[in-house]
Amino acid sequence: MARKRYIQAINEALHEEMARDPKVILFGEDVELAIMGDARGLLDRFGRDRIRNTPICEATLTGMAVGAAAAGYRVILHMMFSNFIYTGFDAIANQMAKLRLMTGGQAVMPITVIAAYGGGGANAAQHSDSGYPALVNLGGLNVVMPATPADAKGLLKSAIRGNNPTFFLEAIGRGGEQGEVPDGDYTVPFGEASVVREGRDLTLIALGSMVKPALSAANKLHAQGVEAEVIDPRTIVPLDTESLIRSVRKTGHVVIVDEARDRCSVASHIAAILADEAFSALKAPIKRVTVPNVCIPYAPNAERRVIPGDERIVSVATGLVRSKAA
Amino acid sequence: MSRPQTRGEIMTSTESGPDTGQLLALYERMLLIRRMEERLRADAAAGKLPGAVHLYIGQEAIAAAVCAQLATSDMITSTHRGHGHFLAKGGDPSAMMAEIWAKRTGICKGMGGSMHVADFSKGILGANGIVGGGFAIATGAAFAAKLDKSGRVAVTFFGDGASNQGVFMECLNVSSLWKLPLVFVCEHNRFSEFTPAAMVTSGEIVDRARAFGMPCHVVDGNDAVAVWTAAAKALAHARSGAGPAFIEAHTYRIQGHLEAEDLMLGGGKYREKSEIESWIGKDPVERLKALLLSDGHAGEAQLQQMAQRVGTQVENAVKFAESSEPADPDLPLELMFVGRTA
Repeated sequence: MARKRYIQAINEALHEEMARDPKVILFGEDVELAIMGDARGLLDRFGRDRIRNTPICEATLTGMAVGAAAAGYRVILHMMFSNFIYTGFDAIANQMAKLRLMTGGQAVMPITVIAAYGGGGANAAQHSDSGYPALVNLGGLNVVMPATPADAKGLLKSAIRGNNPTFFLEAIGRGGEQGEVPDGDYTVPFGEASVVREGRDLTLIALGSMVKPALSAANKLHAQGVEAEVIDPRTIVPLDTESLIRSVRKTGHVVIVDEARDRCSVASHIAAILADEAFSALKAPIKRVTVPNVCIPYAPNAERRVIPGDERIVSVATGLVRSKAA
Repeated sequence: MSRPQTRGEIMTSTESGPDTGQLLALYERMLLIRRMEERLRADAAAGKLPGAVHLYIGQEAIAAAVCAQLATSDMITSTHRGHGHFLAKGGDPSAMMAEIWAKRTGICKGMGGSMHVADFSKGILGANGIVGGGFAIATGAAFAAKLDKSGRVAVTFFGDGASNQGVFMECLNVSSLWKLPLVFVCEHNRFSEFTPAAMVTSGEIVDRARAFGMPCHVVDGNDAVAVWTAAAKALAHARSGAGPAFIEAHTYRIQGHLEAEDLMLGGGKYREKSEIESWIGKDPVERLKALLLSDGHAGEAQLQQMAQRVGTQVENAVKFAESSEPADPDLPLELMFVGRTA
């Protein structure tokens, strides 16, 4: 174990996996200078064949990832901000997510797409989206959202080694946060949620960037005598529904925290699953804390208003638990 | 408009072209594509096929002459009009037919259908239902080929319609910039679905490629030998490490955008019957046959035998498709991900 920054854990995973397998290549906009921090040192170590700056042409980059994978490479495509996924969406939606089925299983696509998502940095709406509900709905893509340095490293290594296209979504602006990272060849399997904090009264399911405010909310709730269990699914495709259901069966109350817009969010999806699978255990309605159905505004005060924070989580959670007491 | 308006180098049949053996193989492949598609046309009209088919009739010389010069390890991307490319690159006729018939013995187990025939083991990275969907896949494949220094190349077939997609320009740029072993083959068949090219395409398509400094060839796409010669040059350039090359092959789509399009047109029309008839007079299969006979490459009897062989292949493909089991309806759940059920 050693304390490492989130961005450093990602960087280590890239270094280790590129050293491990010469078929791993990484390309994207401004990756040679490692503008986003996570690709630091890769160019000097692995050279320009394997680390390559591209023109700004996302529609082509996503298709190229498919072609290079079809031709035998393990591709890491760095897309900077997750909003640029939209620019490259055709090949993601029509090729990457579909070719395996459409070719009767011939196409194997070991592709990892890295992008930073979410708001909080006054980057305005075109650089602040949490657009993963669209990815989740395509069917053929894994989507992983690490909240901690350890999970960032372990999930990225699993993504690169895996044989399915995987979106690795970094919580934006969190690169400096520190956490313990296990030594050695550390991987985290997909589809295993992490119980970040145990509790008996309430389940807080928090996705990616929302784990931090959920933990903060749990601490505030503790001061009020409410013990919240905080669960981080870590991967939303595949989703560890069993762990979520188990926790809700234990607590009878659930709040799902998601930085996506509410309409058709992952929180909505999880809520539907819990309503189906854990209905008899629920003592109160399932609650979602999400971004309202608006674009992320530029002004920091307006941005704070729409992105879920610990106070909103506490408010919804206490309302829920009190309604039961009443 | 009987002759293409072009400003490029016009390739002719007089340059170093295929020898007799190559010409005969080329003709047989073109004939196979033609007969397979004539059968598909009949079976579509008879309502035997579950989905739409977009036929390549009249364009056979292009796929056949380019793919005849590719190795199995070379890679192609194709279009929604992709049967010809699949067969030209060595795809199995029976597996293709079974795919179109939605059978589990199909090359994609019945999960892709006519617009998506693919055989990755033969470098056929798929026909594609998205117009222009092949450009970036081929560019990525060519990048891979460059990285592994294997000498393989990628070829992307596309139509004049696809040339209006922005990703075309992006891929011309990346492939030129990185000197990728990629050949662009524009099959200018004069129609973007139901719209004549002149209504939606400005300038000459070849000029878009020329702007990036790559060698460009404009050919009569119904002259198999001319296509062969242009492809030989373009492929040699790509294999040399000098970067991409471009071919604009002028041809004509004899069939509609898709079979049974009359139902969709509802009495409307986008071209004159006389135009179609004039292009039937330039049939690439008949032209090559005439050349084979007139230049003494083959006699009537030999070509007759070849036609019988092709006819048997087509009959066998249809029998195989008809007699195969329907696709496995539970397969989609197994196929979405490697290693787990969706």
